[in-house]
Amino acid sequence: MSDDAVNPEEVRHVAALARIDLEDAEVDRFADQFADILEYFETLDSVPEVERDVDLANVMRPDEEHDCLDSEDALRNAPESEDGYFKGPNVS
Amino acid sequence: MTAQTVQQGDLVTVIGLEVHVQLETNTKIFCSCPTEPADEPNENVCPVCLGLPGALPVLNEAAVEAAVKVGKAIDADIPEETRFHRKNYYYPDLPKNFQITQYDEPICADGELEISVEGERRTVAIERAHLEEDPGSLQHVGGGIDTADYTLVDYNRAGVPLMEIVTAPDFRSPSEVRAFLADLEEVLEYLGVFDAGRDGSLRVDANLSIIPAEETNGDGTIDEEALAAANRTEVKNISSHKGAEKALAYEETRQKNAIQRGRAVEQETRHWDESRGITVSMRSKEEEKDYRYFEEADLPPLRVSDWKEEIAIPELPTARRERFQVEYDLSEEAASKLTSTKQVADFYEDVASEFDPDLAATWVADELLGELNYRDMEITDVEDRLGEVNRLVELVATDEITAKNAREAVLRGMLDDGDEPDTIVEREGLGKTGEDEVQQAVVEAIDENPDAVADYHAGEGGAINFLVGQVMQKTGGSADPGDVNQLLRAELEE
Ligand SMILES: [Zn+2]
Repeated sequence: MSDDAVNPEEVRHVAALARIDLEDAEVDRFADQFADILEYFETLDSVPEVERDVDLANVMRPDEEHDCLDSEDALRNAPESEDGYFKGPNVS
Repeated sequence: MTAQTVQQGDLVTVIGLEVHVQLETNTKIFCSCPTEPADEPNENVCPVCLGLPGALPVLNEAAVEAAVKVGKAIDADIPEETRFHRKNYYYPDLPKNFQITQYDEPICADGELEISVEGERRTVAIERAHLEEDPGSLQHVGGGIDTADYTLVDYNRAGVPLMEIVTAPDFRSPSEVRAFLADLEEVLEYLGVFDAGRDGSLRVDANLSIIPAEETNGDGTIDEEALAAANRTEVKNISSHKGAEKALAYEETRQKNAIQRGRAVEQETRHWDESRGITVSMRSKEEEKDYRYFEEADLPPLRVSDWKEEIAIPELPTARRERFQVEYDLSEEAASKLTSTKQVADFYEDVASEFDPDLAATWVADELLGELNYRDMEITDVEDRLGEVNRLVELVATDEITAKNAREAVLRGMLDDGDEPDTIVEREGLGKTGEDEVQQAVVEAIDENPDAVADYHAGEGGAINFLVGQVMQKTGGSADPGDVNQLLRAELEE
C-alpha cells in the first residue's frame, strides 16, 4: 500500500461532505485508513463475475396503506425530541 | 428573431426548468405509509421512511403507473429498462443520508409538451422525467436558516412520491415559464396523478442565463457552446406559477443589470425569497460528483416499457378543447373554460348529452363556474351535487322556470343553503304560471284599473306598461312580460 493513495485534501473534502471537522492528525490517520479500504476493494477485482438474476425485475407492491409506527416508537431512538419532532443542532 | 433585428448589445434570456410534482398515490413510494397530510409530526412514518437499519424499500406500483401516464402524455420514451440510484448528501431532511432517485436511466426520456403562450402554440422539449422520493421537512427554530438555535425534523413527507420533470432550456421569458407550468399542471390533473391544491405539490428550480442576441441562431435556437459560455444561476424555492414568473423576472433584471454595468454574473445557486420578492445567493452546494451517485441495489430494475400500451390515459386538455369547439360548436373561450379541469369537461359533456349544448355551455361555464368562483369554490366541492345541477338545467330547458329565477333563486340557494332545486322552486313558488292564471290576472287588471284602460284607448303609451306591471305583480313575477303584453292588448282590443 502506498501512502499517497489517498491525499489529505481528499479526506478533508469527504469530511466536509459528511459535515465532520477533522484535526490534522486525524486527516493523516484517515488518509491511511481510506487507502487500506480502497485496497480491500481492489481484492474484489479478483472475484469472478457472476451473472445476477436477470429475471429479477419489476418487484412492486400494491398501493395499500399499512400501519405506521407510533410516534413514540418513531422517536424512541432519537437522542432528543420536542413536541413530536426529532430535534437536532442548527444546520444550514 | 431574424438576423436583421439583432443589434449589438441585445440580450436574450434563456431558462430551463426542473419541476418537482407530487404524484397522487395513497402511500409513499417505497413504503406503505399514507401520503395524506397528518395532524401531528412524525405520524406517517415507518422503519423504511425513517431510514432505520435493515429496512428495505419496495416500490409502489401506483407511482410507476403514474409515471408511465406522464410519459405518455408528454410523448416520452419509456426505456426497456430503467433503475434507481442513491444520491448521497448529508442533511437531516434525509434520514438515510441519501435520496433514492433516478440518475442515468430515468423512466421517461425525450418528451415534449405543447403549450399556449398568449394565444400562440409553442413546443417545449422535455429532456427527462424521473421518479424520486421527497425528503422530510425541517423547521429552523429561533431564527433564520443561518441563525436558528436548533432544528426540528418531521419525516411525514419523507418518501412521498415525486416526479422531477426536466425541460430543455427552451424558455425565453418568465411569462413563458408561467404558461408552461399552468399547462403542465392542467395535463397532470387530467391524468389524475396530481393535485394542484395540495400544499407543496409543485416545486420548481429554474436555470437562467443571459446571452448576447448575436449568438442565437436565425430560428431562435441557441448552440450549446453559447449557452455553456454564459454563467447561469439556479433559482430554488419556487412553489407556484406566479412565483416562478416573479422570481425569474427579478433574476432576469438582476443579471441584465450586472452585464450592462460590465460586471460578471456569478455561476451560483440563489434562493427565491417570496416575501421580500428577491433572490439571494445561497452558500455553494455540492457539485454533481459530490453526490456520489451509485446504483440502488435494494431495488431491482424496472421493465415497464410495455405498460405504455396497457395503461390508458384520458383525452388531454388541448385535444378536448379542439373537439369541443367542433363537436358542440362552442367558441374558443367557452371551450377553454369548459375544459379547464377534467371534472368540468366531464360534467359539461354529461349535460350536453341530454340538453342543448349551447344551453349546457351557458349553465356550466357561466352560471355554475361563475357562482362557484364567486364563493371561492371549485367543481370538486360540489362533486356529489352535480345531479342537482343537471336537474336545474332540465327545469330551464323544459321551460318550467325562468332563467333569471334559475340563476338568482335556485342556483344560489342550492350553493348557499344546500337545498335541492325542486325544493326551492316549490317553496318560492317559482314554477312558471299556467296560461289560465295569467289570463285571469289580465282580466282582473283590466277590471280594477278603468283609468289606465281609458288612457290606453286614448293612445297613451305608458298605460300598457302600467297594466303589464299589475299583471306581473299578481303572478308573482313568474309570467313572461312579453306574453302578458300581448294578452293585454288582445283583451283590450276586443
Ligand atoms: Zn414509511
